Amino acid sequence: MTTTTLATRPVAPQQARSTREIVLIGSGAVLLVGLAIWIIWNLVSSPTQTLQASVFGLSNGVLYALIALGYTLVYGIIELINFAHGDLFMLGTLLSAFVMAGFGFTHANVSGIFGLVLVLMLAMVFCAAINVAIEFFAYRRLRHAPKLAPLITAVGMSFILQNIGLQWNGSQQRQWHPAMPGGHVSLGGVTIGYDVIIDTIVTAVLLLIMTGIVTKTRAGKAMRATAQDQDAARLMGINVNRIISFTFAVGGALAGAAGLLYQQTIGTTSYNLGFQLGLIAFTSAVLGGIGNLTGAVLGGLIIGLIQGLNDGGPHGFGQQWSQSVVFVILIAVMVFKPTGILGKNVGEKV
Amino acid sequence: MSAPAATAPTSAPPVRRFRIPGRLAWPIGYLVAAILIFVFYYLISMGYLTSVQDWAGRWIPITTVNQSLVWAMCALGLNIVVGYAGLLDLGYVAFWAIGSYVAGWLMSSFFFHLKINFFGDAPPFSPQGVHINFWIVLVAGAILCAIFGIIIGAPTLRLRSDYLALVTLGFGEIIPQFFHNADKQHVHVNISNGTQGISPVDKISGPTFSPTGGIGWGPLGPFDGLSRYIFLIILTALIVFISLRLRVGRLGRAWLAIREDELAAGAMGVPLMRTKLAAYAVGAVAGGIAGVAYSVEIAGVSPDSFDYNKSIILLAMVVLGGMGNVWGVILGAIVIFWFNQTGLPQGGNAFNSAFGTHINFPSYNFLIFGLLLVLMMLFKREGFVPEARTKLVLREPGRTEVESLGSDLEQPAPELEEATAGSGDGLAGSIDSPDRSSP
Repeated sequence: MTTTTLATRPVAPQQARSTREIVLIGSGAVLLVGLAIWIIWNLVSSPTQTLQASVFGLSNGVLYALIALGYTLVYGIIELINFAHGDLFMLGTLLSAFVMAGFGFTHANVSGIFGLVLVLMLAMVFCAAINVAIEFFAYRRLRHAPKLAPLITAVGMSFILQNIGLQWNGSQQRQWHPAMPGGHVSLGGVTIGYDVIIDTIVTAVLLLIMTGIVTKTRAGKAMRATAQDQDAARLMGINVNRIISFTFAVGGALAGAAGLLYQQTIGTTSYNLGFQLGLIAFTSAVLGGIGNLTGAVLGGLIIGLIQGLNDGGPHGFGQQWSQSVVFVILIAVMVFKPTGILGKNVGEKV
Repeated sequence: MSAPAATAPTSAPPVRRFRIPGRLAWPIGYLVAAILIFVFYYLISMGYLTSVQDWAGRWIPITTVNQSLVWAMCALGLNIVVGYAGLLDLGYVAFWAIGSYVAGWLMSSFFFHLKINFFGDAPPFSPQGVHINFWIVLVAGAILCAIFGIIIGAPTLRLRSDYLALVTLGFGEIIPQFFHNADKQHVHVNISNGTQGISPVDKISGPTFSPTGGIGWGPLGPFDGLSRYIFLIILTALIVFISLRLRVGRLGRAWLAIREDELAAGAMGVPLMRTKLAAYAVGAVAGGIAGVAYSVEIAGVSPDSFDYNKSIILLAMVVLGGMGNVWGVILGAIVIFWFNQTGLPQGGNAFNSAFGTHINFPSYNFLIFGLLLVLMMLFKREGFVPEARTKLVLREPGRTEVESLGSDLEQPAPELEEATAGSGDGLAGSIDSPDRSSP
């Protein structure tokens, strides 16, 4: 299939092609150097503030990484941008908030920690179930349809989930009392909250488990086979439908975990959270190289860092440009290196 | 009643029936529909038709008609990008925003230190600001949007279709956020008045209809919806004309070829980049015209009115009506806008008072649009007024299915030998019934 694309690609004159590439590489390098100068400028003018903003950004970046993994898993296996994934994460925050508050897990004591673990499991199962259901009812029927159809379906699903969130949460942002421990450690003027540390540990553990699943287990092997070539995998006796459902379940579970962690760290829920964070997470996935699991984590951390510096750094543009900065990164990546940082250059599957 | 056939010939045996030539069919139909709607609202405003006056005021007020025409223009522009060229654009609202702000800049007292009045409609006694004639502003908005369409398209059109959707979404977020933030406080130059928006936009001059029956000429106030209807219906006709003529021309055929098979189109010599850029530019022109018309219709520009949801509602209009079919898209736009603006709140009120419930119906509109998109894609992918050609293409099985053995097997066999045995049947099945992929 790849060879089809390669064979029919028009052989451009060498001169024109190299000119375009030089322009691309040149302007990409200018952008990168500009970014580096900006970060160094921040560091020089106020190291403490910069580091503090970076810690804040990276703690967000950990969550972006969790959500980005869901995008990258689904994209890797069926080449669909699952627009509903961000809203799935939003439902995860809502479930966590309501269950934690409903059972009175609002203080950082033994029962609060117990509640955190319990609701973490619950949110993961909940989001996994929704994701599998969406795949089963909508995307599965469209697997052989023209590419526009599943994309539009995903947008529609995103709207449906967002409206469920709107009815559940209300149109206003809600404030919750988290059960995460509230203290912090100080490292040379930079404070790191316990919640950030817990987030990082939980994410690291989840990532290890997921990497284990993908690389070590039979299901993971089947998953990689399906991602490479669905038909060949089917001929080898792999139940492709079940493996795709499994992938959606893993992605959904990660989104659910991110939902609980976000709600406990930030302490607020709102119905349109999924749209904003989903796009940031997707940008992370693209930045790292979509389909690449390590890349998604790396991309999440980088985006979190840049966003943190923009929002809180001494020379940032400020929070009202936050979304624009992320999209500029997205567009720049798309233009200069569509395969992302770690992505391999493969032709479009035809 | 075969009167028209009988009237013309009196002597000659070859009976010449009166037939409308095919190329005149739609302008005449459009004109008749437009005049009928006009006459209906004119009679209501004159105080005739008292029996339907209340009903019309509640269910189909003239402002709803006017705004639905603006949406129809935008949907037609998006139809060129999505329906003709097959490029998913999730940030179309950006062009709408640009068009609106062009009207805001050139038709208001926003630049208060300037005093320019070029055939414009400056409000009396306050010549500050730039006041350019409505039609010139339309052209300016269209050109600026076309430029932006090319700027957005040029670096991104090389991307695969789903990445393209995302990049357009990004632009659809950045441009409204820019207008939202671009005031003195945030960028040191006041470009867009920030969150306040630009208001009021000039009242354009046009025919006015007073309730006593007089027809005059003057600035159109908030209650001259019927006069603005004339402007909007003309602009819509213009965009319909552009859409239909381009569709049958060389460019339109190139768009359809790209939509159906980009590789094949490229191999046949269609210049891919230039054709796609043209789709973006022409689609953006429609968005710009609609944007200018919109800010004249609501007499202002507000930065909060350009969000992602608008792009998706426009997409729903195109999908519901039938991608690629101009009349389907117009119908989809009018139905969905009416439903969102008037039908859902009024119907909800009627439902609540009839059954004594307190359901907030308008808050479910996104659920309905989302369901609509999903169900349409699952069960009626070609829309309700499908174009014959689109229908064929969308019902055709994906190419992967034909080219690979056994991919249409719903249940792969648990054992390997069964799977290999089944693949032969699968191949035969896919050749015999090519539309197995349709749900």
